[in-house]
Amino acid sequence: MATRAIVGEKVGMTQIWDDQHRAVPVTVLRVSPARVVQVKTPEREGYSALQVTWGHRRASTLTKPELGHYERAGVEPGRRLVELRIDGADAYEVGQQLTADLWEAGELVDAIAVSKGKGFAGGMKRHNFKGQGASHGNHKKHRAPGSVGACATPARVFKGTRMAGRMGGEQVTTLNLEVVQADPERELVLVKGAVPGPRGGMVVLRDAVRTPTPKGGGAR
Amino acid sequence: MNPTDIIDADSLRDDVPEFRPGDTVKVHVRVVEGNRERVQVFQGVVIRRQGTGVRETFTVRKVSFGVGVERTFPVHSPIIAKTEVVSYGDVRRAKLYYLRDRHGKAAKIKERRTVTT
Repeated sequence: MATRAIVGEKVGMTQIWDDQHRAVPVTVLRVSPARVVQVKTPEREGYSALQVTWGHRRASTLTKPELGHYERAGVEPGRRLVELRIDGADAYEVGQQLTADLWEAGELVDAIAVSKGKGFAGGMKRHNFKGQGASHGNHKKHRAPGSVGACATPARVFKGTRMAGRMGGEQVTTLNLEVVQADPERELVLVKGAVPGPRGGMVVLRDAVRTPTPKGGGAR
Repeated sequence: MNPTDIIDADSLRDDVPEFRPGDTVKVHVRVVEGNRERVQVFQGVVIRRQGTGVRETFTVRKVSFGVGVERTFPVHSPIIAKTEVVSYGDVRRAKLYYLRDRHGKAAKIKERRTVTT
């Protein structure tokens, strides 16, 4: 499991020049300092995690139990509470701040976010079906999924058969994104490549948990 | 204003001269050979400018040994050591793709006398 994690907000994508003058596509994430509200340990809660918050929120918009939770921790209420599952959470203290300097350029991270909703999508978009021919006498069946089952046996469609339906709006994890720049002063982290979700969406960054084996195959 | 402009500001150059399609420019390109770096000049007519901000690019066309060569550069690319405007051209289009089908005198561009930029 990851040992470092933080929450951020997706600002958008752009490109920057690397040291070899190549354009690098980057996603800009605003990582405002996260305040630890609760430390969860295997002894007490059964697992290791940090509960954090960031930003500001008027106390009048909170329920009494939420307010009590913040007051007990002695932490100013934030946008929302997020749990970061990390190893060794007991090294952190309640009230401690996590900032963008957690990572340095070149390190690999995973980005966890809720993807953009695509609505009711067909099989081609949702499951990468091939669709059907544009010609050869095809009539009004160009993007249809084709057959979904057999005949009198089993005389039904199996459960879990991939079909059209709601797509997106679910949690997606993008693995092994390279940190291009971490700027605690401007509260920004730049990662190479795309991150799921819309601009302004919440993104959890954590250490890469499945780092790729180096080229030439690592030791087994 | 885009939210990513704060990041883009670091990647933008402030030494880009004003030029537009039809103008003839000299682009001084940094070429790295092994561990040696030298500057190569690519001179030709700007036939297109496209995009905005850090993503803006321009395409220069020249005829080299009878063969048309087009090269596209990002306007703010750090591989460009310097861009010089040699002459200003008088054209009526934003994209001068018609130059590809013309040779010699027909491909000549009238010079813009009054440079109002």
